Amino acid sequence: MEKLTFQFETNRIAGGERKQAIIGVVASGNLEVLIERTLPPSQCHIEIATAAHGFGPVWEAVLSDFIARRAAGGLKISINDGGARPDTVALRLAQGVRMIEEDS
Amino acid sequence: MTLDDILASLFPNGHQLDIGQAILVGGAELTRHGPIHVLGVHSRAYLGVDDACTLAGRVVEIARSGDKRPILLLIDSASQRMSRRDELLGLSDYLAHLGKALILAGAAGHRVIALLFGGSAAGAFIATALAADTLVALPGAHPEVMDLPSMARVTKLPIAVLEEKAKATPIFAPGLDNLAQTGAVLETWSPDKPLDEQLLALLAEPPAADRRDRLGAERKGRPKAAAIAARIVELALASA
Amino acid sequence: MSSWYEASARQRIEALSDPASFEEFIGPQDREISPHLSLFDLPVQFDDGIVVGRAKLAGKPLMIAAQEGRFMGGAVGEVHGAKLTGLLRAARKLGWPVLILFDTGGVRLQEANAGEMAIAEIMREIVLARSEGVAVIGLIGGRSGCFGGGGLIAGCCSALIISEQGRLSVTGPEVIETNRGAEEFDSKDRALVWRVTGGKHRYLIGAVDHFVEDSNDAFRQAAISALSRPARLDADVLAAEQKRLETRLSRFGALTEARDIWSALGLSRPEAIPSLAAQAFLAESAATRETADDAR
Repeated sequence: MEKLTFQFETNRIAGGERKQAIIGVVASGNLEVLIERTLPPSQCHIEIATAAHGFGPVWEAVLSDFIARRAAGGLKISINDGGARPDTVALRLAQGVRMIEEDS
Repeated sequence: MTLDDILASLFPNGHQLDIGQAILVGGAELTRHGPIHVLGVHSRAYLGVDDACTLAGRVVEIARSGDKRPILLLIDSASQRMSRRDELLGLSDYLAHLGKALILAGAAGHRVIALLFGGSAAGAFIATALAADTLVALPGAHPEVMDLPSMARVTKLPIAVLEEKAKATPIFAPGLDNLAQTGAVLETWSPDKPLDEQLLALLAEPPAADRRDRLGAERKGRPKAAAIAARIVELALASA
Repeated sequence: MSSWYEASARQRIEALSDPASFEEFIGPQDREISPHLSLFDLPVQFDDGIVVGRAKLAGKPLMIAAQEGRFMGGAVGEVHGAKLTGLLRAARKLGWPVLILFDTGGVRLQEANAGEMAIAEIMREIVLARSEGVAVIGLIGGRSGCFGGGGLIAGCCSALIISEQGRLSVTGPEVIETNRGAEEFDSKDRALVWRVTGGKHRYLIGAVDHFVEDSNDAFRQAAISALSRPARLDADVLAAEQKRLETRLSRFGALTEARDIWSALGLSRPEAIPSLAAQAFLAESAATRETADDAR
């Protein structure tokens, strides 16, 4: 398994009240995303475990895009990847953030 | 040891066992103890709906008898019978029923001791040997979930790769050592000492709650199971 | 209508539980992952493929466990199994009923010995809980079915609920075919697979108690109904089950085709059974199906 870590600074804090959200399943072409509101508001930390080696730059691109589009400050995001395509990753991240933005 | 050797060593004064093609049913006098029930599967037979039903029927009779005598299970089986007919007739019902009967007999005051002297695999293993309150084995016994060639086919990994990984962990491969280390098999008996004495020693130890997961942790075969189960209980009770 | 088949484990729990009543034990944030999958370079899931906790159903507190059939086919590994074992031990202590939402291909081969042990431990805990009157109810309708060790656990439950999509079996069709050839079981013949292992056949021979549509609400209603039935397991119940299982063998033991069994049951058009919608099937089978009632 390859472990990747990305650290982002952001001035857009994730909205809502929920402390945690989980979305997705670790299956072929899919991924699970665990989101925990545990970081200082200007930080977003994303760690990924994936069996598909060598896709660091692709992850970086998808995640950078995600950070640019969504307010993710304060979120620690942990991913178990089952070999998902970039658009599925983007979808799950968006779904996850939508979930955590809900009021408790 | 053959079945005959085992029976001779367990019951030097003879036994009253009906030994059929695949299963055995009956009783015997255990010296310095008294009569005990004896059931089993032999000759590496597959366990299908018919034999499971017969064995279970005897266990249910024993459980209802109120005699509280120990039940000794002698096991040398293959896996469950793999056939369309058995599945059509609901094999899961029959195997579960046999397992339930053995477990309930145990809860009702019978010691249920399984002696694995040959093979036992998959669903047959669960419904017989693993439904006992105590499982012991003779050297050379071969318990397994699935043989390595079949595992290789299903996991799409070469056998050589599985064999290599099996050196690093007892968690998946067949064999007595692995099933002992994960907590399934309590002890291996010595074929050089009288088996009736070894059985008597087991009967003298009072039956305990299922501590196979803790045994697996102690033996470093199942590092997490006992702690996870205990934590669930703790969390559940705290939240109630 | 929300499909049970399509739902995730978490969605099924949400659908069954009274609103905001579910509390998870050892959730994904605890990261109690499999210690064994890394040896095979396989990805883990934070909950190891099973979600367990407490909830309320129609106001009644209970324990609930849901297997995620899309993670490793819902297969039972060390942590997965231990979560269910612990849940059952807690249920017995508290006297609370348990719902098990099955979606499993059986023991996880990469952790085979731990999975096998877990099945045995779970069966023991179900029997002990039921011997004290605790209900343990199984729900079967996911894409991985209820196979292998899962089938044996199901056979210990006090009641079983199944949909047409559900499958209940010990040896999977592919494994039968590998071991005995396609003539014994053509695993690619989906209609055959469902005639032998599917919800309708299991309902007809009394291997399950409730047959429902593939909807969350139908499963929920059936679970509420099942919870109101007696669930105690004792030697008398076992004796009644023994009789029931002997009767099944004497009635159908010589038959080799599902349609022949359905015919022997008294169904006038066995070949039409697979195409009947749920309500029509229930009506058709009401008078002729084998029931287990309190002999389970």
